[in-house]
Amino acid sequence: MAAQPISSRRSTTQRLGFALLAAAALLVVAPILLVIGTIIVRGIAAITPEFLTAMPRDGMKAGGIFPAIVGTVLLTLGAALAAIPIGVGGAIYLAEYARDTSLTRAIRLAIVNLAGIPSVVYGLFGLGLFVLFLRFGTSILAGALTLAIMTLPIIISTAEEALRAVPTEFRTVNASLGGTRWQGIRQIVLPQALPGIITGVILGLLRAAGETAPILFTVAAFYLPRLPRSPFDQTMALPYHLYIISTQVPGMPLEIQYGTALVLLALVLSLNVTATVIRSRFRRRRQW
Amino acid sequence: MSKLATIRWREFAIESLVRVAGVSTIAFVALIFLFLLREGAPAFFRIPLDNLFGVRWYPTFDLYGALPLILGSALVTITAILIALPLGVATAVFVREAAPPWAREILKPMIEVLAGIPSVVLGFFGMTLVAPFIRSALGAPTGLTAFTGALILAYMALPTIISVAEDALDAVPKSYRDAGLAMGATQWQTIWRVVVPAARSGILTAVMLGMGRAIGETMAVMMVTGNAARMPLSLDSLFRPVRTMTATIAAEMGEVARGSTHYHVLFAIGIVLFVITFAINLSAASAIFQKRRRGGLR
Repeated sequence: MAAQPISSRRSTTQRLGFALLAAAALLVVAPILLVIGTIIVRGIAAITPEFLTAMPRDGMKAGGIFPAIVGTVLLTLGAALAAIPIGVGGAIYLAEYARDTSLTRAIRLAIVNLAGIPSVVYGLFGLGLFVLFLRFGTSILAGALTLAIMTLPIIISTAEEALRAVPTEFRTVNASLGGTRWQGIRQIVLPQALPGIITGVILGLLRAAGETAPILFTVAAFYLPRLPRSPFDQTMALPYHLYIISTQVPGMPLEIQYGTALVLLALVLSLNVTATVIRSRFRRRRQW
Repeated sequence: MSKLATIRWREFAIESLVRVAGVSTIAFVALIFLFLLREGAPAFFRIPLDNLFGVRWYPTFDLYGALPLILGSALVTITAILIALPLGVATAVFVREAAPPWAREILKPMIEVLAGIPSVVLGFFGMTLVAPFIRSALGAPTGLTAFTGALILAYMALPTIISVAEDALDAVPKSYRDAGLAMGATQWQTIWRVVVPAARSGILTAVMLGMGRAIGETMAVMMVTGNAARMPLSLDSLFRPVRTMTATIAAEMGEVARGSTHYHVLFAIGIVLFVITFAINLSAASAIFQKRRRGGLR
């Protein structure tokens, strides 16, 4: 009988503790919902066909954000074009070829460091290398390449993880049937790992689409109500556009600001959902 | 060429190609440092060090004291971590040890969503809603303060802290938990006296990576901290405008003449940022790699 109060006090402590943990988790999640909810509620009124497909007018206070949307799509695709071959190639090297040498360790350190370099420092680097040294000027090319290097660590690490998840037996069977290493990778390992790799690429692109600091000095145009004609053109971009209309333009209608934020958020979240769906489908379907 | 030789050649070519792709990551880190040095080093020759590390940042008067910016970054980052650490560890423990499956199913994707929200969107939200709220709560002249920035930054560091801390908890062997419970400890006691202490170095890594993320964050910080370059020395500095290194670069680089002293100084601040984050990530990475070799991130 004497043990009863102690154990009930203990379980009270535990219940209280778990409630506290749940409260912390709620405190993490609630603001996320608040941000997304507010931006949807206040921005939805601005979303009209004109807003999405027209050029900005009257110093951006009217009209649409079409060139900013196009700019962000072009920058993201450009970054993908440059980052996918290098990123997936690097991941194949790390997962399939590299042994535990000091070179491999140096590559891993480099990837961790690339992932940690501040986005504005990428901007400085892009300005120094692409804009000035290689004379690309402030251009889509310079911006997309800067974003590509920034997304590399994300693509490499997720793609490597996807490749490593493919069981070793697949490779041994390939070898026992007389397949070469590359045949095994191309015909067995890569197809198996593809959904995971695509998830990684999307996560990288999502980051590229939303970043502002790397494009500040490499590509972004303040107000350019026309579409870019070549990779050497400047362009408007959604994140930068949101930054300038919310801080640099006095008297900007709030509705347009929230509308722009909503379009950017919707773009990024839809990429996010796509990645999640691909990953969970893949997990459910795979047989190993 | 015989068929065998063709196959051999192709194998060799492909291995070389993917190796080049892998090694390119090292080249990029080196290139980034090189170009920061190339554009930033002149600052150290053009202006005396006591100016560069002075307390006044007035580029128009050739005063490039970076100290207020460095301290500004430190103030915002440390405050952000003080907010994010308890929240992040508690959430990680909840997800890993206590949450019912349905709560886990909601929490994990939500945290991923948070990681994906662009920094400029969070900055916009902070500017239009959080800052006015903080202004009225404090009765201060402005809501654009170091604290506002730290609050937003804490949420930006949370996904990193939670996911790394979760991995660390995950790596604690089940036998530790079983032993704790078998000794008559409750689940709660086992978590805080056995599991979390066993995962502490992994949690430390989580904090460091979160800090690296916070100190390098640019847009949100620039939009909500008010950007006043003053020394944050008094106690109430937290509730006054402050200016960070990242915000200074982002705000001023667009307006300086290429090749001017101001231009080189901004790159020099970039070098400082690069070195700080490099050091943070290097030590976090070596901690991770060591644990991995010993089996599990603990």
